[in-house]
Amino acid sequence: MTVLIALALLVVFSGGAYLLGRRRAVALAGGRSASLHSLPGYHGTWVALWAGVPAALIIIIFAVFGARIEDAALRAEVPAAVAQLSDERQEVFWSDAGAMARGEAQSEITYEGELKTAFDAKAAEGRRIGVIGLVSVLALSGVLALCGVLLAFPRLSRDFRARNRVEGWTGILLIACSTLAVLTTLGIVMSLAWESFRFFQSVPPLDFLLGTSWDPQIAMRSDQVAAVGAFGAVPLFAGTFLIMLIAMAVAAPIGLYSAIYLSEYAGPATRSIVKPLLEILAGVPTVVYGFFAALTVGPTFRAFFNWIGGFLVGGPMDRLGQYLETVQNQMALTAGVVMGIMLIPFVSSLSDDILNAVPQSLRDGSYAMGATKSETVKKVILPAALPGVAGALMLAVSRAIGETMIVTMAAGLQAKLTANPLDTVTTVTVQIVTLLTGDQEFDSPKTLAAFGLGLTLFVVTLVLNIAALAIVRKYREQYD
Amino acid sequence: MTDAVATRLKKRHAAEARFRLYGRMAIVVALSFLVLLLGRIGLQGYSTFTTNTVSLPVYLDPARIDRADLEGSNYDYVVALSLLKMMGETEDEFGTASDDAMELVSRDLGFQILDQIKANPALIGKTITVTGPVKADADLYYKGELKRSTDEADRKLNDRQLAWLDRIKTSGAVTSGFNVAFFTNADSTEPEQAGILGAVIGSAMMLLVTALIAVPMGVMAAVWLEEFAPKNRWTDLIEVNINNLAAVPSIVYGLLGLAVFVNGFGAPRGAALTGGMVLALMALPTVIIATRSALKAVPPSIREAAWGVGASRTQTVFHHVLPQAMPGVMTGTILSLAHALGETAPLLMIGMIAFNPGLPESFTSSASVLPVQVFIWETASERAFHERTAAAIIVLLVFMIAMNAAAVILRRRFERRW
Repeated sequence: MTVLIALALLVVFSGGAYLLGRRRAVALAGGRSASLHSLPGYHGTWVALWAGVPAALIIIIFAVFGARIEDAALRAEVPAAVAQLSDERQEVFWSDAGAMARGEAQSEITYEGELKTAFDAKAAEGRRIGVIGLVSVLALSGVLALCGVLLAFPRLSRDFRARNRVEGWTGILLIACSTLAVLTTLGIVMSLAWESFRFFQSVPPLDFLLGTSWDPQIAMRSDQVAAVGAFGAVPLFAGTFLIMLIAMAVAAPIGLYSAIYLSEYAGPATRSIVKPLLEILAGVPTVVYGFFAALTVGPTFRAFFNWIGGFLVGGPMDRLGQYLETVQNQMALTAGVVMGIMLIPFVSSLSDDILNAVPQSLRDGSYAMGATKSETVKKVILPAALPGVAGALMLAVSRAIGETMIVTMAAGLQAKLTANPLDTVTTVTVQIVTLLTGDQEFDSPKTLAAFGLGLTLFVVTLVLNIAALAIVRKYREQYD
Repeated sequence: MTDAVATRLKKRHAAEARFRLYGRMAIVVALSFLVLLLGRIGLQGYSTFTTNTVSLPVYLDPARIDRADLEGSNYDYVVALSLLKMMGETEDEFGTASDDAMELVSRDLGFQILDQIKANPALIGKTITVTGPVKADADLYYKGELKRSTDEADRKLNDRQLAWLDRIKTSGAVTSGFNVAFFTNADSTEPEQAGILGAVIGSAMMLLVTALIAVPMGVMAAVWLEEFAPKNRWTDLIEVNINNLAAVPSIVYGLLGLAVFVNGFGAPRGAALTGGMVLALMALPTVIIATRSALKAVPPSIREAAWGVGASRTQTVFHHVLPQAMPGVMTGTILSLAHALGETAPLLMIGMIAFNPGLPESFTSSASVLPVQVFIWETASERAFHERTAAAIIVLLVFMIAMNAAAVILRRRFERRW
């Protein structure tokens, strides 16, 4: 709150600096504005930038890192009574002392005796550190703002190249924004790699990638039996792959055929109706698909298979019938089919673009030879567009692998190594959600395993995307 | 024409007709999925928009209300006794009659009585009329979704309760009307009191954070890449990078947010601010891509004209090119924000899955958002929550369709073809 007020004050101060600089420039011009190198507004802006930006940076850095620094300063000296406590209790003590200092709610633990004195002392120290930190940062930013104006203002003159300077600031801002995208990638890679590295210290990478048993149960106490749990991810990869295959079996033919129909057969009227409708299907949030899968498709499939099973029981295929009667709501087929529906518009719009990029001359040549439309599509357009279509399908595969909500709501949690679409399977993304939405210590192998899975997911989708984008781009350029 | 040619031609035309049919079928199948999806959710959810409220005269029995400890008294029991009395039933020695009665009306009535008594303790011993929703299962019965024909063991309400519900209905104490509470309440453990206002406000706050970060940064990054950046290996790398970021699974952004924002910078778990920052990173590549294509569409003659009258590069871009590209930028931005509005998985990663019975207090306090609310209600066991999930989805889809429509209108009205 204080930070926001400080920033608001700073904005007002910069506004004042702008007016001051502008007035100075107008005065320098002495009525002949053409004698100035830059417009008066640029002079004002330059002074305002020097007044506002350095001070604002200090305040923002304080807002982001201040709490951590204050916490570290508070913990620098550990009272003897606290040092005797167990690690977890120490952690509670520190967070309580910090909360007390900030006037926030604490845990329900009451401190007595020596601990009480230590607690009160630390809470008072925390308050003091907080006040010192805030006051010093505010003072520093105030001094910076003043210095900025005092240094910048005297430099204004008729020949001062204020516009070029301001444009230099603008350029820096633009470059900083562009590097944010790179920083995001770096952040993803570094955080995933670092947490995975810590995970692989307790679980060897080969056991993770090649192990066939997934059972990340971490015991509550370290002396419990089976305290380690099994982290073999092969069943997850298999489940992800199975669901992806089912999804592509639905999305690829339907998406491709609708793209072909839309680009080769449909008139403009049909296109103008069908394309927006498909866009609606593409815009539906995945959690809605998950709801649809869990409460409509799953029970329907289950009823259907149980019904078929009812016919087979007692006949020559008795065993199959009995199996079908035990099929549950959560199965790979449900998740795969619904994910396929979700991917239809994705495949269709990408393929549509690619088919449209095939030059008309190829079609005309084929028609001139007497080929029908379908022959043209099958023998000329599709072969010409094949790399592009393959790229589009790869992008769809990457979407299917990374999709989370549908599988979380419809696929199940049991890690099984099976190729049976009626069985319940689990996927990489489901396990990431399950591992991270529970209440556990952040550093346990269980939560770190989620980062191992995330890294695998990121690498696989990245490879697919790079390959697909390269293919699509190369193909587009071919006919340009 | 020989016979051989004629037969072959017939075959080829048949193949042509078949191929065209496959195309038609694919479109019909895709569109019927859309109809099935929306229709099913509409059918499941529309009943939530009406609800049944009951008005009961409640006798505030001084023997059952402890004046010294108003909070500690069981007002649900007081309401149940009044309900029994209204129907001429009496309490049995095991209390099953009042238990059954308590399952028919919302606990909201009890809270209302507590509030009224706190405001005016003189009410004790008098009879007051309170109005509130019936319990979710009773509501389902009135709406015909819980049927008497179901076996008694398989339904939530027994035959006696159904008979009572019929009697209350015929007595005129129950009125059916628009479900205002669904739009004015936050989440609750009781389905009949659970509403979406908390989630709607949370979504709006989060989207505001996302827009404030992603839009200026995305637009400025795109301006630099498109108008200023030299063509070299470094900028190529940035470009490839942005295209790939747009295709990274959303859950990976959640992991990034958890590791960097929550555990690294100590951002609050499950807050609108943290969620908004994660979604901003996710929306950034799409905003950049949309802005770049809008900037590309502005013809070079605009730039050359500006340079010709002495404008600097920066002035050209900010005074002429960017304003011309603005409709395209807005369209792309709104679409990517609409996408962010429906995103769920990364928010689960940063801990936005807590039960929030109140409205979000600030940007740094725990909040729920619409898609996560959908996810939480979907996993709830009560049947009544499933109807509410569908209704929440309808609200979510209305917001998304409104945003998409705004984007389409912007494109139609302002887009210029050069």
